[in-house]
Amino acid sequence: MSSIEDRGYSNSEVLVSTDWVADNLSNPDVRIIESNEDQLLYKTGHIPGAVEVDWVNDLNDPLQRDYLQKSQFEELCSNLGITRDTTLIFYGDKNNWWAAYALWVFRLFGHSDVRIMDGGRLKWEKEGREMTREVPSYKPATYKAPERDDSTIRAFRDDVLKHISAGNQLIDVRSPEEFSGERLHMPDYPNEGALRGGHIPGAKSVPWARAINPDDGTFKNADELRAVYEEEQGLKPSNDVIAYCRIGERSSHSWFVLHYLLGYDKVRNYDGSWTEWGNSVGVPIEK
Amino acid sequence: MKSYPGRLQGIVEEFRSVPEQDMRAELLIEFADKFIDVPEEIAKRPFSPSNLVPGCESEAYIWCTKLADGGLKFHFAVENPHGVSAKSLAAILDEGLSGLNAEEISALSEDIVYDIFGRNISMGKGQGLMGMVAMLRSLAIQNCG
Repeated sequence: MSSIEDRGYSNSEVLVSTDWVADNLSNPDVRIIESNEDQLLYKTGHIPGAVEVDWVNDLNDPLQRDYLQKSQFEELCSNLGITRDTTLIFYGDKNNWWAAYALWVFRLFGHSDVRIMDGGRLKWEKEGREMTREVPSYKPATYKAPERDDSTIRAFRDDVLKHISAGNQLIDVRSPEEFSGERLHMPDYPNEGALRGGHIPGAKSVPWARAINPDDGTFKNADELRAVYEEEQGLKPSNDVIAYCRIGERSSHSWFVLHYLLGYDKVRNYDGSWTEWGNSVGVPIEK
Repeated sequence: MKSYPGRLQGIVEEFRSVPEQDMRAELLIEFADKFIDVPEEIAKRPFSPSNLVPGCESEAYIWCTKLADGGLKFHFAVENPHGVSAKSLAAILDEGLSGLNAEEISALSEDIVYDIFGRNISMGKGQGLMGMVAMLRSLAIQNCG
């Protein structure tokens, strides 16, 4: 795989290599954050000095379906020794799927210097790099966040309704079986948390992991990504795009790819996603 | 409080006695360390999609075989190297249920996932793990019953 700088990304600085992370393990201006789909994984070992941010326990409001509020976010960052100027490096399992989700939430609160370790946990492990079970602790910092901005990179259900009325672009990044609604109808298995199967009318199916090289979990280069999103699906950087999946985690990965790697200005993540749309009364569904 | 068949009840009680999330995680990791991959005489890669647990992000596979005494033996594979929770549940289900017959296993409830992992797991994770339980039960009843 070519170096990150040579892959033609619009914003190559949002990706760092495993070498870069290894060289910055003791950098006080950098905090490495592991965020996983599997909540046991961090405890089995992680990058030395890395802290864990768990989607369920750390980023969500425990009562209503929403992310944490400003004061809770400030407390989270303060406890992890993060200031507004800290460079945050996210990484995790399953091709950085949840790492991208955590990064997206940090962007909602305006933290500007957020990056992903290319290849995530898989690449770090495959390279035989050091792992530890020791959970670090950092001196609490002072973190003052602005109010959460839900208007720029987040879409709500009513935004999606207006979006489809205007004929704008939607990408459904779930599996083809979820897109078709087939999976919801499998007998004897728990459903996907929705009463109806299918997809939002007009959505194009681009499973999120198509942005990844499966061997090492790194992101494909810009030409390969354009082939997936632009040549196959006809998207353009000037498009107004909303991405969705089941709860907004896989689509934040695709949001990261379109916004940062391909330079799309207007991309939003509909985190209500199928668990909201597929349970909503009266919204249009296509199969 | 729900009860479970065979040795599984004892395992669940062990988890119920450790409500602290960190200690529960340690116990789960101990089970994951005991995970045994499906032996080659049962299944070889590439595995049949009919043994793949739908909706499980860790690509878990389950097989069921019948022992000479009529009891059942379950085998598992977890193809995603980061599927620690799936490996843990597989080891628990094997230790707790192998040797029982189909009728005994038919009473197994998906609630086992919450009794073991606690309520703080994500919905997707919970569904994937419940998919493993449902598939195991279904295999026991349909293929080995």
